[in-house]
Amino acid sequence: MRCGDFKETYIKDEEIFQSLFVKFCLGLFFIFLIIFPFVTSAYLVYVANMIGFSIIAAVGLNLLTGFTGQISLGHAAFVGVGAYTSAILVTRLGFSFWLSIPFAGLIAAFAGMIIGIPSLRVKGLYLCIATLAAQFIFEFVFIHWESMTKGITGINIPAPSIGSLQFVTEKEFYWITLFFVVLGVGYARNLVRSRMGRAFVAIRDRDLSAEIIGINLFRYKLSAFAISSFYAGVAGALWVTFLKVVTPDHFPFMLSIQYLAMIIVGGLGSTLGSIFGAIFITLAPELLNYLSEVVKAYAPGHEEIFVPMKEVVFGLLIVLFLIFEPRGLAEIWNRIKNFFRLWPFSY
Amino acid sequence: MDILIQVIVTGLATGGVYGLIALGFVLIYKATSVLNLAMGEFMTLGAFVCLTALLQLKAPFYLAFILTLLMACALGFVIERLILRPLIGEPIISVIMVTIGLGLILKGLMYMIWTPSFRTFPEIFPPKPLLLGFAVVPSGLLWGFIFAIIGTIIFLLIFKFSRTGIAMRATANDQQAALSMGISVRWVFALAWCFGAMASVIGGIVIGNISGISVYMGDIGLKVLAVIILGGLDSIGGAILGGFIIGILENLTGLYIDPLIGGGAKGMAPFIILVIILMVRPYGLFGKELIERV
Repeated sequence: MRCGDFKETYIKDEEIFQSLFVKFCLGLFFIFLIIFPFVTSAYLVYVANMIGFSIIAAVGLNLLTGFTGQISLGHAAFVGVGAYTSAILVTRLGFSFWLSIPFAGLIAAFAGMIIGIPSLRVKGLYLCIATLAAQFIFEFVFIHWESMTKGITGINIPAPSIGSLQFVTEKEFYWITLFFVVLGVGYARNLVRSRMGRAFVAIRDRDLSAEIIGINLFRYKLSAFAISSFYAGVAGALWVTFLKVVTPDHFPFMLSIQYLAMIIVGGLGSTLGSIFGAIFITLAPELLNYLSEVVKAYAPGHEEIFVPMKEVVFGLLIVLFLIFEPRGLAEIWNRIKNFFRLWPFSY
Repeated sequence: MDILIQVIVTGLATGGVYGLIALGFVLIYKATSVLNLAMGEFMTLGAFVCLTALLQLKAPFYLAFILTLLMACALGFVIERLILRPLIGEPIISVIMVTIGLGLILKGLMYMIWTPSFRTFPEIFPPKPLLLGFAVVPSGLLWGFIFAIIGTIIFLLIFKFSRTGIAMRATANDQQAALSMGISVRWVFALAWCFGAMASVIGGIVIGNISGISVYMGDIGLKVLAVIILGGLDSIGGAILGGFIIGILENLTGLYIDPLIGGGAKGMAPFIILVIILMVRPYGLFGKELIERV
């Protein structure tokens, strides 16, 4: 707590930007984001794009799991629904990419609501198993509904454009990603301090008490599922348009675990945490790839050890964070911030 | 008609194995309220250890089997002590995610040690299939079934009559009361993990014998979730019965639905059944029904 930092109204306490300094830092960060694609290599911009898609999906999952407390092991399935919706709308019905994005979100939200219906009846463990089943069922549908999804051959997607402006390369697509990330994060950050966000948190903390103080459980749980899946759908649509192809292999169970790992490593119930987590978990495999390249150069033949390393690293990250820092990177960030804020008189 | 009976018999035999793995889930859940999603990896690890003991150490089967059980026991203890105990009292998502993380670690390590190639067991059981007159049971399934049933009966007897078993049941029933009666709940938790791991490695060895081993064998562990949900998460009898039902239903789906949609339905059936059970009767056939209304 800073000295002399008194909040006199609730509105002031709920403000996103608590001080001028925060606004200033955020401004600097934005300038950095805008300069970023001009000064770095195509590979780094590619990674930045991947981080962007992860951020959108992770923020969505955090709304559901971190804020509302409903565990979903099937987030990748909703990402898949969004991705296929967009791909099919663009290639079959000739929709423009821009129009297909909201539709991808809506259809994914609809799928999420269907999966969310059991959440009123089952919770905790059972809900987690139900969403797990949903993941496998959707995966099955992606593979076997060949007339629609073209099965394992996948669908090729044209690059989006406005007028004569084409978004083909990583650097061009970066602007689309950046736009949607800012929109998504901003909406989520505002949502959690609204009536709906407070209802979500109440449901997470104790659903029965929430119902008693007049929160309609059915409505809010379903909204949480819908909003979370909407994010997932948008992330999926952007992701596959960026990759220019969609196949069922893009949405395995492992991806769902990755999204959960992001919000756990980043911090459950924290929008900033989802961003940290998404960056961290997306960078980890890239770092491993890099290491494997290094090993290949110096000790050829040993680089195969890095293939399963990704799973071990994810597993270790999840386990270690849960045991030692259950509130994630967001908490570590806060601690560092507080240390410097009070330094050198921390008492 | 013949093929129908044949499919049902095969389903029963598969179901026995499912039941055994489900037992592993239930033993752990009953005592500690943790659903161990790394069960499939325990299974695979057991199969790999047994295979290595057989091939590399040239041990006879019974020795390899005992060695595997000891390994499972140690694994259960270590995991309970290092990973699960710090999380007692944490929200359910942490506990579930920690077991998923554990599964990933085990899977990755197994991939490093044994490589992802597919292996088959040497012939341990006499290869002669059992002729029932109206159906044929392949030897692997038959012996698997026998193993599963013997394993299940032993676990049931331990649970019913031994001091430890009674302590475990007491803990499952009421932790506070068990503590005040002088039962070491920590010890019971450790034992539950150890028994659960043992049940699953037996299942792993049996399945390895029937259909060979690869790192991805653990996915069967997720299928078994349908079994425990059907039987009731905390019911041992339910796990066994659920195993048979899912085994038969799965094979029937393979027979009747697969030709209609062009394959893949057999693997999907347990998940569809799972969703239906969760919608209709989430506590399963014999599970404890928790009523919560507002």
